[in-house]
Amino acid sequence: MSNKVPTPDELSKIDYKPPKRKWMDTPVEFKPGTWCYGSRPKYLEAVGMPNPRDWKPSDEDWKLPENWKEIFLEGMEERLRKYRSFRLFMDICVRCGACADKCHFFIGSGDPKNMPVLRAELLRSVYRKYFTTSGKLLGKVAGARELTVDVLKEIWYYMYQCSECRRCSVFCPYGIDTAEITLIGRELLNLLGLNTDWIAGPVANCYRTGNHLGIEPHTFKNSLEFFLSDIEDITGIKIEPSFNRKGAEILFVTPSGDTFADPGTYTCMGYLMLFHELGLDYTWSTYASEGGNFGFFTSNEMAKRLHYKIFAEAKRLGVKWILGGECGHMWRLLNQYLDTWHGPADFLEEPVSPITGTKFENTKSSRLVHIAEFTADLIKHGKLNLDPSRNDHLKVTFHDSCNTSRGMGIFEEPRYIIKNVCNHFYEMPEDTIREKTFCCGSGSGLNAGENMELRMRGGFPRANAVRFVKEKHGVNMLANICAIDRAALPPLMDYWVTDVRVTGVHELVGNALVMKGEKERTVDLRNEPLTSKESKEE
Amino acid sequence: MAGLLEFKGKKYEIDDDGYLLNWQEWNEDIAGHLAEIEGINLTEAHWEVIKFLRNYFLQYQIAPMIKILVKEIGKVMGPEKGNTKYLYELYPGGPAKQACKFAGLPKPTGCV
Repeated sequence: MSNKVPTPDELSKIDYKPPKRKWMDTPVEFKPGTWCYGSRPKYLEAVGMPNPRDWKPSDEDWKLPENWKEIFLEGMEERLRKYRSFRLFMDICVRCGACADKCHFFIGSGDPKNMPVLRAELLRSVYRKYFTTSGKLLGKVAGARELTVDVLKEIWYYMYQCSECRRCSVFCPYGIDTAEITLIGRELLNLLGLNTDWIAGPVANCYRTGNHLGIEPHTFKNSLEFFLSDIEDITGIKIEPSFNRKGAEILFVTPSGDTFADPGTYTCMGYLMLFHELGLDYTWSTYASEGGNFGFFTSNEMAKRLHYKIFAEAKRLGVKWILGGECGHMWRLLNQYLDTWHGPADFLEEPVSPITGTKFENTKSSRLVHIAEFTADLIKHGKLNLDPSRNDHLKVTFHDSCNTSRGMGIFEEPRYIIKNVCNHFYEMPEDTIREKTFCCGSGSGLNAGENMELRMRGGFPRANAVRFVKEKHGVNMLANICAIDRAALPPLMDYWVTDVRVTGVHELVGNALVMKGEKERTVDLRNEPLTSKESKEE
Repeated sequence: MAGLLEFKGKKYEIDDDGYLLNWQEWNEDIAGHLAEIEGINLTEAHWEVIKFLRNYFLQYQIAPMIKILVKEIGKVMGPEKGNTKYLYELYPGGPAKQACKFAGLPKPTGCV
């Protein structure tokens, strides 16, 4: 069932007029291109998730367990007890509407149920019916409704149209975090086997091989060796990194997308070059071979289970601390959930940069340093020899990834790096960056192929801002520090903007990094000519 | 899930996008048939790509990165063909998607 994506012209005619009927009486329409395939049984079986079976979201019969309603409501009760945040967010919304037009999916679709307030209301209405006195007594008048199969389907449809980006929560006067509501909503759906194939597949792979793509150790090594041969062609320098090396000072972990798919692969080359130039005592792991965690898009328990491999590997190898690559949700988990799950990682040492001596105080508990912090610190201390003119063919803007910006407050470090390795940097409009950044439209495991219309709708506000700086400043490169961004933004740019490409920050670092003993560079990491060299010679 | 594709008296399980669910069931006949469905007649040049994909998959259990494929095709078919443009001419639906489909390989998932 491949469906044709409407043209940008068709898609940009967005109807913001709400339907005539009240929201509870407006049935959900499963429009092709706006939802993902249901999870295959083999993926759920691999990790012991409930109700593995063949099913299709567009089918009438979702093959639910007989006591599905009981399971869902018991699950809800358990989570209301366990998570005070969830109980609070179910109770305190005053429906002021501050969030309504802040969601990229609402902006791109005009569907009122994509207003964060109404997305949460889908669950709240059920909460009121079964867990509040007013709801039990007054029903619909009190905003309560029965949990029926149709209601369940509606919840599924809209919980997988939220990318958990948390932009709405920045504007909520009560600080309601709608992403937390979506997370719990997805947990409850998972109790009934209602997942998507695009999320369940990586979860099962990650459990088996340590990474989402299912890359096995020899393949992982082979991929990196391929990059090393490219680096040698470009710089004349032969690099020999180590794998699974016990006693290394640092374990480096990055999303597996960086080792497999362009343009993340160029960012991976940037890491390899930087670490070599520093003479860093570090190792790659073919087991902790994934920074991301699609378990987080399934349930907290699954996220916790999949995450632990990184710590287990750090323990096994006996490293002092962990350095993490350009990943999005990896950092939100580390920054916001890790302590609750595992407590501080005090079997590791407090991270200190061996090059600058900087102690990363902010990582006292997780013992995990973000590569943007690490590299910005190197530049600040003058430890890198950089030639930004090697990026003169690029006019760069920076997309703040939702999770690293709103989830951990990394705003300055990537910008500081980019400004030191590039001569042409331009910001997008203020309301679309930093804590108010717009999502790529594909986060939280929505970056599948079959829901392309949804992704293009959700990414519309981001694309619009890129288009603005392209027209104003001639921007041709969109930098970011997230692997889902690197996968999701290229088709988004091709669809709405054209002629803007996508890069990780460390690809730009790799271009600018002057390495000891390198030959004169004539091409960048993509093997494209350095235009600045030609113009200098003229 | 998506169903069965019947061809020459044999049934193949396929997903919603028409990919074979079991790469072991693949054979040259079904490759030709999958291509035909998408209006492509497999030539020697197409087969070169498919053969490389199959061999790589057997060795590494995943489809190769596009750049590995590009380099290999450049080696085998000549440097003027070692580029993505050439691969897109052969497989307008994209070498990653379409060629892997005809080769019977599963789609990669995750941050890709």
